[in-house]
Amino acid sequence: MDTLALAPGFADPVIEAQGAFRAVMEALARPGTLQRLPVAIAPPAPLTPALAAIALTLADHEAPLWLDVPLARVPAVADWLRFHTGARIVTDGCEAAFALIADPAGMPGFEAFALGEQAFPDRSTTLVLACERLESGAGLHLEGPGIRESARLAASPLPKDFLARFRANGALFPRGVDVLLTAGDRVAGLPRTTMIRE
Amino acid sequence: MSAETTIETAGAPRGAADAATGYNFAYLDEQTKRMIRRAILKGIAIPGYQVPFASREMPMPYGWGTGGVQVTASVIGPDDVLKVIDQGSDDTTNAVSIRKFFARTAGVATTTHTAEATMIQTRHRIPEAPLREGQILVYQVPIPEPLRLLEPRETETRTLHALAEYGVMHVKLYEDIAQHGHIAKTYDYPVEVNGRYVMAPSPTPKFDNPKMEMSPALQLFGAGREQRIYAVPPYTRVRSLDFEDHPFTIQRFAEPCALCAATGVYLDEVVLDDRGGRMFVCSDSDHCEERRAAGHRGTMLAGAAGTENDHA
Amino acid sequence: MYVAVKGGEAAIDNAHALLADARRGDRSVPEIGTDQIAEQLALAVDRVMTEGSLYDRELAALAIKQARGDLIEAIFLLRAFRTTLPRFGYCEALDTGAMRVRRRISATYKDLPGGQVLGPTFDYTHRLVDFALAAGVEPPPAPEAALDAAREEDAARMPRVTDLLAGEDLIERESADADAPVADLTRAPLGFPASRDLRLQALTRGDEGFLLALGYSTQRGYGKNHPFVGEVRIGTVEVGFVPEELGFEVPLGEMLVTECQMVNQFKGSAEVPPQFTRGYGLAFGQNERKAMAMSLVDRALRAGELDEERRNPAQDEEFVLSHADNVQATGFVEHLKLPHYVDFQAELHLVRGMRAEIAVRRAASAQGESTQDESASETKEAAE
Repeated sequence: MDTLALAPGFADPVIEAQGAFRAVMEALARPGTLQRLPVAIAPPAPLTPALAAIALTLADHEAPLWLDVPLARVPAVADWLRFHTGARIVTDGCEAAFALIADPAGMPGFEAFALGEQAFPDRSTTLVLACERLESGAGLHLEGPGIRESARLAASPLPKDFLARFRANGALFPRGVDVLLTAGDRVAGLPRTTMIRE
Repeated sequence: MSAETTIETAGAPRGAADAATGYNFAYLDEQTKRMIRRAILKGIAIPGYQVPFASREMPMPYGWGTGGVQVTASVIGPDDVLKVIDQGSDDTTNAVSIRKFFARTAGVATTTHTAEATMIQTRHRIPEAPLREGQILVYQVPIPEPLRLLEPRETETRTLHALAEYGVMHVKLYEDIAQHGHIAKTYDYPVEVNGRYVMAPSPTPKFDNPKMEMSPALQLFGAGREQRIYAVPPYTRVRSLDFEDHPFTIQRFAEPCALCAATGVYLDEVVLDDRGGRMFVCSDSDHCEERRAAGHRGTMLAGAAGTENDHA
Repeated sequence: MYVAVKGGEAAIDNAHALLADARRGDRSVPEIGTDQIAEQLALAVDRVMTEGSLYDRELAALAIKQARGDLIEAIFLLRAFRTTLPRFGYCEALDTGAMRVRRRISATYKDLPGGQVLGPTFDYTHRLVDFALAAGVEPPPAPEAALDAAREEDAARMPRVTDLLAGEDLIERESADADAPVADLTRAPLGFPASRDLRLQALTRGDEGFLLALGYSTQRGYGKNHPFVGEVRIGTVEVGFVPEELGFEVPLGEMLVTECQMVNQFKGSAEVPPQFTRGYGLAFGQNERKAMAMSLVDRALRAGELDEERRNPAQDEEFVLSHADNVQATGFVEHLKLPHYVDFQAELHLVRGMRAEIAVRRAASAQGESTQDESASETKEAAE
């Protein structure tokens, strides 16, 4: 394990994890809104502080992590995550509670992850994407639970066929993945119930 | 293990609460909070679906709010303002006990005013004052499974939910109509969430059901003994089950609150003597007090010029 | 006059003070020590440890004292404490074959290697109230010969009865993979169907009285499974643990446990020739009743696995496991004393409404042509 792995996590783990959880919860409860994550952490690149904050908050030995190719290529990332969360790093996306994705444009299809079962739709992966840009009030039109009438959200980069993928995901309901989009210290949520139009 | 230990000890002592109790912020350990937080997130993503979770033994008995307490403990932060009600009142003993628990273990501010609260834990009522965006309502749930009293087996009800096969519930409600002329369910009246899952609203009177529909607040439900968490996100459709020829209706009271003269609110019946004397007063004690503070007077206070509105 | 039915903080504080006073009782009577409870009410301590899922005699004794002798309350205290403890890992499986035995009896063999050891048992005592105890008469010391016999026997001379039967292939093999992870119902929600490891954990934590009644019901024909006590053994076993950083087993200490292996008839199936099957019971400390009842219920719950008809309560996994936990049960039963007046009001409303409708209908049919007054939606009925 190199020294990067020992770079610190949250300074005040209890309170910062609570703050990060609240941000993620609000994001999923109100799709289209941007929430602020506590990101005063310096994880080994290309793990972004936002991805790291969400992993620190929600992953542990009962909730394994999956890393996309750019993250998996840097051993210090897995070392840092293991050290701070105790989570197993899995190579099969279907075993992951959370998938950390540093390169959203190149991410695999949703079928590479756990989609849940009809009787246990909660047993599905949450995908956490590190975008470069995230903006509320512009871009995609969102409707569904958590949204008063409609909301707008712009995120990039995303896979070209993201809309088609997300709609196919919605058609599986109650099964399906849920998506968290991050950029800088912001997080937005796209639960499987959200309907997206261009 | 080393990472875990580091986190636990680093986070443990904070604020007066921890010095007083020796327990972590909001009592629960971080591992438990993470497990509950993951369940809450999936609950929000699948509105009305009951997420199984490994409920912990809490320092209060099962059936007394352990599910709600675990949800609140996993969500609450130092900046929250907490309100706890039981039967609509901040003053009932179990509400007092739970509020005290969080004041001690999390050091959070508490309030009885619905409008001031960021989190409200409740048993059996939804406040009368409309909730707003940013508020979180946490329900204590005894039996989370709406089909349980029709089908006691978990393996069966899980399949029924998976298939969205709710015929058994419709049959039950229709039998009521055949027998009584109307649906005889008055509380814990089943709802359909976002057009998919049938959900138990917990034993709130059906009077409160319409408040769940398109509420600006996030609604979280915790059932400790039965190990289930579920959620209704803000602005989500919540339809009380009914039939075209027998639409859902709520209770109406003939008289206003005897203390604050409010109408269109849920009232408690207070027996005054053993000769049939009774009066009706707001079940939501905060709502009633605020109305009286604003000068509203019910029949019991009409002549008393505000001398008795400060009941202990 | 309106009297608010509200408790408030002062009432709760007063109740706590009254409870503390009542627990202490008459202050001219010396306060009981937890050492006295641990030594002289040892079987209560054993039960509290078993159902509280925490092997700690001192803490269990303290819980019994704090609970004023209410064992379910003491179990609850222990559970609530236990749930806050950090989890370092799981110990290795106990080897009860290597138990240092204090008591060991078998009903299936008159004599067997290691012999029958009665040990400290109520069996064969005449249940006569012993007034000498009230007078504080010290019992004479146990005779040397009895102590010798009861002294913890050398494990090598005491093979388990089920191992003797297994040697002849007369009893089913235990198939559990020693390296497979063991389910933990305090860490994962109970789901159905439950694996046997999960069931056994739930039964050990389960209420002694509930299991006793269920086990009894199987003997009376509600899920008959022809049991014989292969063996009940009580003694100390070593607890071993493999820390991740060491990678080898280190002993953590010893614990006293009671194990019951029930041997049951099995007619056999298409694949399996007739042989005996097992029901298993394990409790902390000395608690034969619990271990025996548990082994009956364990065997009854295996009905599905053994292709037996499942018609009775003790064979119904969902029923048994959902209701075995007395901390859950007592909480939910006792929660009925919390205020429910909001719901009751809703029911009052409904019953009054329905009675009013019936009254109106009766009046209408009695008077024939008279029209109904529909103005009053809220009816006030005179008391009968």
